[in-house]
Amino acid sequence: MTLFRLLALPAAGEASLWLPEQASTVAASVDEAWWLVYWVSAVFFAIIVVAQVYFMWAYRRRAGWTEQKTAHHNFPLELTWSIIPSLIIVVMFVKGFLGFLDMRMPPADTYDITVVARKWSWSFIYPNGVVHPELHVPVDRNVKLVMSSDDVIHSLFVPVFRVKQDIVPGRYNYLWFNATKPGTYDLECTEYCGTNHSEMRTKTVVHEPGGMERWLEDRIEDIMKMPPIELGTLLYNQRGCSQCHMVDGKGGTVGPKFEQTFGNRHQFTDGSQAVGDENYIRESVMNPQAQVRTGFPPTMPTYKGLFREAEIRGLIAFIKSQNPKFKAEAEREYAKPAGETEAGDASPDSDLPDGGANGAASADEN
Amino acid sequence: MSDDARPLDGTHDVAPLASAPSAEIRRGQEERLAKTWQTPKGWRYWSDVNNSSVGLWYTAAAFAFFLFGGVLALLMRVQLAVPGNDFLTADRYNQVFTLHGSVMMFLFAVPILEAISILFLPQMLGARDLPFPRLSAYGFWCFLIGGVFVAGSIFFDAAPKGGWFMYPPLTTAYQPGIGADIWLLGLSFIEIASIAAAVELIVGVLKTRPPGMRINLIPLYSWYILVVAVMILFAFPPLIAGDILLEMERAFDWPFFDPARGGDPLLWQHLFWIFGHPEVYIVFLPSVALIAMIVPTFAKTPIVGYSWVVLAAVGTGFLSFGLWVHHMFTTGLPGISLGLFSAASEAVAIPTGVQIFCFIATLAVGRVVRSTAMLFVFGGLATFVIGGLTGVMVAIVPFDFQAHDSYFIVGHLHYVLVGGTIFPIVAGFYYFYPLVNGKALSERLGRIAFWLILVGFHTTFLPMHWTGLRGMPRRVYTYPSDMGFDTLNLISSIGAFVLAAGFAVFLWDVLRPKGKQPLSKRNPWNAGTLEWLAEMPSRSWGVRSIPEIDGRYPLWDQPNLMRDVDEGRFYLPDAEEGFRETLVTSVIDAQPIQCLRVSGPTFITFAAAAFTGGAFVFATFYWWWPAAICAVLGFASILAWLWTGTAAIPEKDMKDVGLGLSLPLYASGPASVGWWAMFITMLGDMTAFVSLVFGYFFYWTAREDFPPEPTPGPGVFWPSVAAAFVLCSWGLTLLARRGNRDDRPLVFYGSLSAAVLLAIAGAAAFLAGPWLTELDPTEHVYQATVWVLAGWTAAHLAVGVVMQLYCAARRLAGRMTARRDIDITNVALYWHFAAITAAVTAAVIAGFPLVA
Repeated sequence: MTLFRLLALPAAGEASLWLPEQASTVAASVDEAWWLVYWVSAVFFAIIVVAQVYFMWAYRRRAGWTEQKTAHHNFPLELTWSIIPSLIIVVMFVKGFLGFLDMRMPPADTYDITVVARKWSWSFIYPNGVVHPELHVPVDRNVKLVMSSDDVIHSLFVPVFRVKQDIVPGRYNYLWFNATKPGTYDLECTEYCGTNHSEMRTKTVVHEPGGMERWLEDRIEDIMKMPPIELGTLLYNQRGCSQCHMVDGKGGTVGPKFEQTFGNRHQFTDGSQAVGDENYIRESVMNPQAQVRTGFPPTMPTYKGLFREAEIRGLIAFIKSQNPKFKAEAEREYAKPAGETEAGDASPDSDLPDGGANGAASADEN
Repeated sequence: MSDDARPLDGTHDVAPLASAPSAEIRRGQEERLAKTWQTPKGWRYWSDVNNSSVGLWYTAAAFAFFLFGGVLALLMRVQLAVPGNDFLTADRYNQVFTLHGSVMMFLFAVPILEAISILFLPQMLGARDLPFPRLSAYGFWCFLIGGVFVAGSIFFDAAPKGGWFMYPPLTTAYQPGIGADIWLLGLSFIEIASIAAAVELIVGVLKTRPPGMRINLIPLYSWYILVVAVMILFAFPPLIAGDILLEMERAFDWPFFDPARGGDPLLWQHLFWIFGHPEVYIVFLPSVALIAMIVPTFAKTPIVGYSWVVLAAVGTGFLSFGLWVHHMFTTGLPGISLGLFSAASEAVAIPTGVQIFCFIATLAVGRVVRSTAMLFVFGGLATFVIGGLTGVMVAIVPFDFQAHDSYFIVGHLHYVLVGGTIFPIVAGFYYFYPLVNGKALSERLGRIAFWLILVGFHTTFLPMHWTGLRGMPRRVYTYPSDMGFDTLNLISSIGAFVLAAGFAVFLWDVLRPKGKQPLSKRNPWNAGTLEWLAEMPSRSWGVRSIPEIDGRYPLWDQPNLMRDVDEGRFYLPDAEEGFRETLVTSVIDAQPIQCLRVSGPTFITFAAAAFTGGAFVFATFYWWWPAAICAVLGFASILAWLWTGTAAIPEKDMKDVGLGLSLPLYASGPASVGWWAMFITMLGDMTAFVSLVFGYFFYWTAREDFPPEPTPGPGVFWPSVAAAFVLCSWGLTLLARRGNRDDRPLVFYGSLSAAVLLAIAGAAAFLAGPWLTELDPTEHVYQATVWVLAGWTAAHLAVGVVMQLYCAARRLAGRMTARRDIDITNVALYWHFAAITAAVTAAVIAGFPLVA
């Protein structure tokens, strides 16, 4: 009986030999389509194989048999075996296509998470700016993933949600789902993406109501506990700075290199000048068009509202430390955790965890 | 309805000679035939071009590659047997799985069908050889050289590792090694050989059938081969076009697939799967063709529903070109196209099912003889049906999202390909083996092999469906132990070795010494089709005299056929002049229209293949000078081969082929096989060109910045001038053909010289457009695409110029005359296509930016 249930008709939502458990709203309809085709296929397979074996046995050549003229045409029969399967296929197509339309169109009100895939790791960027290598989603909420790739084609697959979407460089790919069961599941890359394709896997965590918010706050707390320079480094790599600004000979060339930013005098396109200090960096992040350096295009977007105070402190510390002349000073000045100076965020314990130990930083360096 | 085998026009049959020629005459005939068709001895054996030798080498080589691919598969199963295994490194594993797929598809599945067809098609059609024996030999040597090159790369740790699908940008920007170049150039070279074989087989089926074998009497095998060869003709060129683009990006940084410079990785996927999906049917249908021959023989009754099977085969071939997007359901294409392609993918189950139902009905009306061949047919059909049904499942888009790129697909595709292709091929070995060396394979070993293969196969591949649906992705070199894949993978690995043991038994049966075994009796299975006229062991001339056919199963329908053929009572019982001759008949009615002299042994085809191979191999290493030298020598060898071996002027106009029929020895235009070969080749060539044009318009629909504003070139002037020159050159070529026919040398040489100059000017003008407007092909995909179209056209014009000069030389040398004008007729045909290519290129690169 157990075997039969595994092979043929598992209870709703439960894992069977064929399919893993269902943990999203579309999973049930995908599985219905599957079971429909599965049973149609089983019946056809049985008919074909039984007929074949039976005919080969029943009409085997026996001794004394003489040749006789046989029919080699039977129009009604030929018509029957063409039309009946055609009708069944129409039914299966309609069932499948309607299911597809549901999976295709994201509902209007979604919780959006940005996904960046690269060889061979994932970054999930949450609405409050937290970046994390695991996918965390609230239960019973429509979630939309906005995905892009930094290098080759990848594909995001969560088996229990029954969703999969390729991520093609040069465009955004979208995926939506509504998770129905709290728990921890597998998430993997299914498009062959080079040497370590096998390692490109992570977890999907579906949180109980309220759990998602708590988790995100914990991640912010992690940020607050980081030494500022380290936090700045993390943000530089995760939040797009490196696309345009070069550090240690790596990164983009659209904007100025960070080695020369702190402590040097800069000429702006409106004719004014200023020395690169904390205020200059802060203004460049919040309101970049106010002071565009000559020789560079005015393309830097504003990050107003996207960074916390602690994060801006981290960026300033990071950029300051890039100029060799100020490196030692920056390290002295920014020794305390990034969140320390802010009134509400200051944590009572003064023995600081070293930055490498907390989740966000360590996981993403893999 | 029941008797559609009756002659369509009610003409009477031609009867064989009422009495046999005297024994003395027959002995003389047989001596002359044997001498003419003699297989060269010693080291010269390798200069043979006859279908029986080339087909045998081809089959052996393809089968050797199959064994090689099988060993690669075993390596993978060892690696995956337990979680976290380190038997192979990730990098090595990626080479192994890439090569396994590429070898099985390009070096085994397609070549084996061409090999078996080259070997047996002429005999099924009662012909002495295929119409272009040297082309078959050339194709074989190309295949062997390219195959060894690609397969051997793994021993130098340099094998391709981009998957058999080679998706960019992984294979462009992220795999700097030589592997991807080996794949692109080595396999392109083999694809060209495949197209050559396709041309050969199409012309063979259409033009070298025996008199009376009307289109509705063709053996089913030949129908399938016709369908498949036409599919090759339209499926391979898009891949060749894609290969060109990908290699241009790798070698010269032309950004066809680089999104940062306007390219798009999805164009490769479209071109690859426009080839890749028909490819599945290209390897599957020939095996169905084998089943369609074997089932009636062992059921001892004609196939049920002949016309339905033919229609279904044509329908499957046609539909298979409309399925490619189902490999791309997860790439985020528009919903409407997913719907269309999903519907088509499900619909293809209908014609496939009809074929299977017809075979089962044939078993039902017949009386089935037990045999190993039938056992493999049965195992193959049962296995294939499972694969076909899981295919219907993955055609349903929401389920495909779950199964795509998981082990479910690995299971599905092996059920289709092993059940649909390999089982029937093994059945074919058991069935046809006596035709090759006169001795049968062992029924007992065959049954052992069958059960090992059947059990081993299902043990290996059934569990993969379950690991896949649980979420095991394809192409992983290992997996962690906590994911629930362990036991199922171990079972798969054990099954793989049982499967391998089955093939080892089969291999032993094929290779074991059979010295003491008695010869098989003639027509051992009492089959009804013409290939079983062969004597045991078979004679090099193929068929003793070419019979007149009135049914689908001549050996069953026509009493005394074997005696009449053997006694030379039919056509061409002799080789009086010592030439290798066969009959050419009309396409629909198979009325005899020509006595065709085909060419004999030569090493020049080997030289041509070796130099062509050298050009591709050296280019892989970017050794441009040796590559260029090889290309020139290869081209020269082909010219020498054409000059000495084709369109020879016969010593007399007509030849008496027996039974009171006189046929011309020379034909040109649509009556000649050469014209058909040129026409068919150019259809394939045009398909590659259309694929490049498709790329241009694909970028236009997919990318905002195509063409860029303002358009940097090539302008309207140069392309228009170029097109005008080319059209004039085309007109003058036609005038030259006329001048030759009217025997007015002045008109002929004059217009041909002018045509040559105009064609050169046209090619130069095509290149001048992008050159003078300083289009840099590495800057943006627009520039690169314009250069590719202009370059493609200029290269075709260059070949066209050589052809024009060749015709002039032929006439000067007296090898072409006013009446013997195959050369200029075929060159004019080439120029029709060249003119279309030039006009379309000009319209696209000059005209389109204006309207876009």
